[in-house]
Amino acid sequence: MAKPGSAARVERSGPKMVAGAGARALDRIIHERLRLGIVGALSVNETLTFKELKKILGTTDGNLSVHARKLEEAGYVDCEKKFEGRLPRTEYRLTSAGRAAFENYLTHMEALIRAARQG
Amino acid sequence: MAAVRPIRPIAPEPIGLHTQAMDNLRFIRSTMESAGSFTAVPGRGGMLMGVTALVAAIAAHLSPTPRAWLAVWMSEAVLALAIGLVFSWRKASRNSTPLLSKPFRRFVLALAPSVFAGALLTFSLYFEGVRQLIPAMWLLLYGAGVTSGGAFSVRVVPVMGLSFLALGSVAAIAPAVWADPLLAAGFGGLHILFGLVIARRYGG
Repeated sequence: MAKPGSAARVERSGPKMVAGAGARALDRIIHERLRLGIVGALSVNETLTFKELKKILGTTDGNLSVHARKLEEAGYVDCEKKFEGRLPRTEYRLTSAGRAAFENYLTHMEALIRAARQG
Repeated sequence: MAAVRPIRPIAPEPIGLHTQAMDNLRFIRSTMESAGSFTAVPGRGGMLMGVTALVAAIAAHLSPTPRAWLAVWMSEAVLALAIGLVFSWRKASRNSTPLLSKPFRRFVLALAPSVFAGALLTFSLYFEGVRQLIPAMWLLLYGAGVTSGGAFSVRVVPVMGLSFLALGSVAAIAPAVWADPLLAAGFGGLHILFGLVIARRYGG
C-alpha cells in the first residue's frame, strides 16, 4: 500500500488519472475522500472559508490545508487570503476546471453503477 | 490432530467498483447537503423582502382604519412568502441543488409552526380587539422561528432570529405608535442588513 506522502509527490505535477479503475480513468486528485468533500462542498457554495470547510468536513487544520493545497495546485480551487479586521480569512472557490472535473467524476461514478446494474 | 490452517489468511471479498462508486456518491450527497446549509437561506431574497416591508410599513402607517392596516401587512406577508420561495428556488438552481434539500427542509419545518401560530393569533387578537399586541407577536414569533431554523444553518441566521426577538421584546412594552417603525426596523431593516451579509458571504 502506498504511503500518503507518495501520492502527494506524484500529484504535484498536476492532475493524474488512475488507470484501470473503470472504462475511463478516474481523476486521482478528486478521488481522494477529503478532496472530494472539499470540491463537493464548494460546488454548492460560491465561496467557503477555511473554518467553514473544516466544520463541514469535520477534519483538522493540517489535513484540510494539505488537501486544499493539492486542489489549488491542480487548478481546481482558487484560494484568497484576506483580513477581516485583524483576523486572517482564507476563502476557497471552485474554478471552472474544478467544476468540470467534479462533473466528470460524478458522471464516471454514475456510469460505473449503471454498468454494474446492467452486467 | 491440530486443524490445518492456511498460512496466508483468506482475503475478504474485494469491494466491487460499483459499491465504491455508490459509497462515493452517498458521501458527495451528504457533504453537499451539509454544506448546503450555508446557502439554503436566500440573502438577496431577504433584501427584497426588507424593501417591500419598508414600503408596507409606510402604507400601513398611512392606512385610515385598523382593517386597512392589517390588510397591508397581510398582503406583505404573502408577498414576502412568495419572494422567499422564488429566491430560494433561484439560489438552489444556481447551485445545482434540489430546492427541497435537507437543510432547506429543516429550515422551513422549524419556521412553519411559528408562522402558522402567528397567522392564527393575528386573527384571534384582531377580533378580540387586542390589536396593539399584534406587532410584538409577529416580531417575536418570526424571531423564534428563524432562530430555531437557523440552528441548522450558519451563525448569521440565528443571530438574525435573535435580533427579531429583541425587537419584539421592545415592541411588547413600547407605545402603540411605535408599531410601524418597529415593524419597519424588523421586517425591513433586519431583513436588508442580514440579507446583505448572507448574499455577500453565502453565495447570494
